[in-house]
Amino acid sequence: MMNYDALLSPAAKEMRPSGIRKFFDLASEMPDCISLGVGEPDFATPWIIRDTAISALEQGKTKYTSNAGLAPLREEITRYLSRRFGLSYKADEILVTVGGSEAIDLAIRSLVSPGDEVLIPEPCFVCYEPITTLTGGIPVPLPTTAENGFRLSAKQVKDAITEKTKLLILPYPNNPTGAVLPESELEEIAAVLRDTNVFVLSDEIYAELYYGKDPYISFARLPGMKERTVYVNGFSKTYAMTGWRLGYAAGPLPVIQLMKKIHQSCIMCAPTMSQYAAITALRSADEEIERMRSEYDTRRRYMVKKLNEIGLTTFDPEGAFYVFPDIRSTGLTSEEFCEKLLRSKQVAVIPGNAFGSSGEGYVRISYAYSYAHLEKAVNRIVAFLKEISSPSYER
Amino acid sequence: MKKLLSILENNARIPLEDLAAMMDMTTEETAKMIDEAVEQGLILGYQTVIDWEKTDESRVQAYIELHVSPKKSHGFDEIARMIARYEEVDSVYLMSGAYDLLLKVHGKSFRDIAFFVAKRLSTLDDVLQTSTSFLLKTYKYRGRLIDASESDEREKYFL
Repeated sequence: MMNYDALLSPAAKEMRPSGIRKFFDLASEMPDCISLGVGEPDFATPWIIRDTAISALEQGKTKYTSNAGLAPLREEITRYLSRRFGLSYKADEILVTVGGSEAIDLAIRSLVSPGDEVLIPEPCFVCYEPITTLTGGIPVPLPTTAENGFRLSAKQVKDAITEKTKLLILPYPNNPTGAVLPESELEEIAAVLRDTNVFVLSDEIYAELYYGKDPYISFARLPGMKERTVYVNGFSKTYAMTGWRLGYAAGPLPVIQLMKKIHQSCIMCAPTMSQYAAITALRSADEEIERMRSEYDTRRRYMVKKLNEIGLTTFDPEGAFYVFPDIRSTGLTSEEFCEKLLRSKQVAVIPGNAFGSSGEGYVRISYAYSYAHLEKAVNRIVAFLKEISSPSYER
Repeated sequence: MKKLLSILENNARIPLEDLAAMMDMTTEETAKMIDEAVEQGLILGYQTVIDWEKTDESRVQAYIELHVSPKKSHGFDEIARMIARYEEVDSVYLMSGAYDLLLKVHGKSFRDIAFFVAKRLSTLDDVLQTSTSFLLKTYKYRGRLIDASESDEREKYFL
């Protein structure tokens, strides 16, 4: 008999579980369950992009590419970054990866040694902490609050920096809160970092899903920041290409080269047909992404208004496709709220604490759904709130 | 305005307040914009998309291709406008290609439509030839799939 408990890596076993497994199991038994829980677009990938992948397959483009990714794709990424965000990179400073997630993994593993501290604003996407832990690094959560629009402050960064601080994660536009840091606040953070050796991982996977009035500013744009930043982006959210598994990192050559070395050992290269399709995405899909962005924006306004109206205070998110309502007025914890809502009204939303303990008291609602779907879900949430506020309700 | 029209085209029943939120305007501004769209003839009306096949109402629809001969005194527009007045006719289009006008017509039975073609259309001096195709089954109508709701294949929970 194998003793699997003794066999398996303690570090891997201790990784934070996703915390939503039980909801997933519950929901899968409910055919009538309507979900607001997804983290991906409802649109299909624009046809012109799919067509390119089909052609690539027809032409037998089914081999490995170079480790860093197809040269024309990396060239196209540099043009895109310059055109859309004013970032200037050379093609050899780009590494094409299996989704933005791989780029994050490689960046953390390339930079963080055992004992190094990694500053992670929370609530945030769930991968930074476990990857940091696996490298032997020490995650240092920087909790953000609704009062501050879930924006990380320069003071928090300054107060958290120690001799051991290696890396600051900047996950904006943010999943799950939708928060975005304006240029002035990014600049304050940059000012804190300038005299330090702290490196930055700027995860800008939602950069194109930005609804603010001021122009979108990428952290690497700020004076002196490019040399200390790994920029991560990808095709999943912007081009509705989640299943294609394609992202990229841009950064200083020594960092990108080390990331490439790890990538070479464990991945070889990103999927070839996805890479061909991505060239078309960058060259010819600007109109499509604007159409989707505008549609998300319309739904975003609708959801923020509705949730505030029904008594769940919701701050106005400037990015991504999530709203993060405050559910504390119900007297329930995030998990209780989600479980009761699911059991009583078959609506699936995600407890905020799945994204870090500072997400407690909130839930993440995705608006990557049609208006009709959102309307139906909102009606069920209204009925749920009424139910739990009735005096006869059993807690 | 374009955005307003495209939202309304898809769902004319959105409450004004919600529509205003989507448009990032006040309800007064939104109401005013809708009024303007109606005045300018951009919005012609609001209809409901109904799957009549699911009711016991007997309803037959057909597309009729017409060859017509415009005269000096009256061109395509006049002929088309005249035909458009028949109550059996739902839509009239001037087409490029093999024929001139395309009509969509409805009646209670195949016989109704056959009589309409034989007695009212074919007898018009300007109509040279008709070709009637009866509609058998609808798979998609005004952007909506019939009896084939698109299932959401995404995972219900995904961080």
